[in-house]
Amino acid sequence: MARHVIAPVDELPPGSRKFFEIDGRPIAVFNVKGEFFGLLNRCPHQGAALCEGPLIGLASSSDPGEIEYTKLGEILRCPWHGWEFDIRTGQSYCDPRRFRVRAYPVSVEPGTNVVKGPYVAETIKVAVESDYVVVDL
Amino acid sequence: MNIQVRERPEAAASTGIKTAIADCDIHPARATKDELHPYLAKRWHSHLETFGVHAYQGMMEGPPYPKAQPNASRRDAYPPEGGPQGSSLSFMQKQHLDPNNVALGVLNPLNTGQGIRNQDLAGAICSAINDWQIEKWTSKDLRLKGSVVVANEDGVSAAAEIRKRAGDTNFVQVLLLSRNVEPLGQRRYWPIYEAAQEAGLPIGVHAFGFGGNPITASGWPSYYIEEMVGHSQCQQTALASLVLEGVFERFPRLKMVMVEAGFGWAPSLAWRLDKVFARLHAEVPHLKRKPSEYIRDHIWWTTQPVEDPESRDHLFQTIEWIGWDRLLFATDYPHWDYDEPSRVLPAGVSDANRQAFYLDNAKQLYGVA
Repeated sequence: MARHVIAPVDELPPGSRKFFEIDGRPIAVFNVKGEFFGLLNRCPHQGAALCEGPLIGLASSSDPGEIEYTKLGEILRCPWHGWEFDIRTGQSYCDPRRFRVRAYPVSVEPGTNVVKGPYVAETIKVAVESDYVVVDL
Repeated sequence: MNIQVRERPEAAASTGIKTAIADCDIHPARATKDELHPYLAKRWHSHLETFGVHAYQGMMEGPPYPKAQPNASRRDAYPPEGGPQGSSLSFMQKQHLDPNNVALGVLNPLNTGQGIRNQDLAGAICSAINDWQIEKWTSKDLRLKGSVVVANEDGVSAAAEIRKRAGDTNFVQVLLLSRNVEPLGQRRYWPIYEAAQEAGLPIGVHAFGFGGNPITASGWPSYYIEEMVGHSQCQQTALASLVLEGVFERFPRLKMVMVEAGFGWAPSLAWRLDKVFARLHAEVPHLKRKPSEYIRDHIWWTTQPVEDPESRDHLFQTIEWIGWDRLLFATDYPHWDYDEPSRVLPAGVSDANRQAFYLDNAKQLYGVA
């Protein structure tokens, strides 16, 4: 595993993101309220530049009319088809196939009713060292 | 530091496709509201300033909601020079036409003049859009071909516009929408079909429309997701009307393309029509053949959307009913439900069918070498 220094921390203030390429792999790093996250910049669905999408929250519902909105700023929404991924883990929350195919198991998490899809965006480990953002790849 | 850091990734996110393709549904946009002014008589500039437009339905100025992504478009498709998605030829070339090896791109401008009640203004704006397609798009990139946009609620003016463009190789089809004042087979629209047949231009019937009617037959739904699936209902209404009113009997050389409304419903609609026709044919004695035969002979279908059945075989069975020679590939660029060319077909399609699907069907239908 190689370590790549990508930018000084002050070039990535909270709320910002940067795109770059290492060994031909498109990657984006986000600063979400002081925490850094890296993701492969390619949606596992149809290959869009995933990280150009907005960071939103997670809408879930226990009953019609009851809506909970959590994980604000932690859900990445693909710029093409709107598939949603947890920026912390790359886990898909929005797999349209799942909602139709009952044969798949549905996992229920405390407080939510979300279905975790089989598509997981590739996450890249990011660390802050001596005020530089470093990516492990 | 040997790593180049960017504010945005390189434009072409597409994984690309090796073979040349036809994209039968591309939506060009105006960069500014005034972009049509050079093609509109001064009388209409002043009319628009003084009276504005009186539409068949409300909320004409901008979408009533963002429709899944801003402007119902890919968030990564804003041109670097500004303006809405789809408004820059150079960026469309860089992001879509070049990396996806698009050899033929059919332009379907939306939000044109069809929804305007003042038919003279509607006709003027549609005609301006057609001039704009030539000047901004088709003359600048020969891969792109326009669709003749017409003020469809006024069959006479629409036919005149089609005749004006007949023989102009900048255009390969006439564009209608699925939601109109009345179902599309009715006689007020026949002058359009007569002129299109005469000009040898297929008619594209694109989902959406501005006839003032709700998206579903029982009113306005609550959610955008209902509108997305409702397009196939509208298209079924339009197609049943075209068949049953006798449009294809009256205009036997007319070709139509169902654009952006799916195609998985085609077999069941044809089956239902045939069954009812066997019992009620006395009501429509002008029909000489079964409804399904008109559909098979006269209709082509674009992809995007492609239905997503659980089994790949179900998709292939549907396509086999329709015919691999009847499907036209489309991305819907720059809209948010864009289909990536390399990802749209499941594995297991023969080379001959792939070639027909991606390019040859469209070249043949649109008469483009």
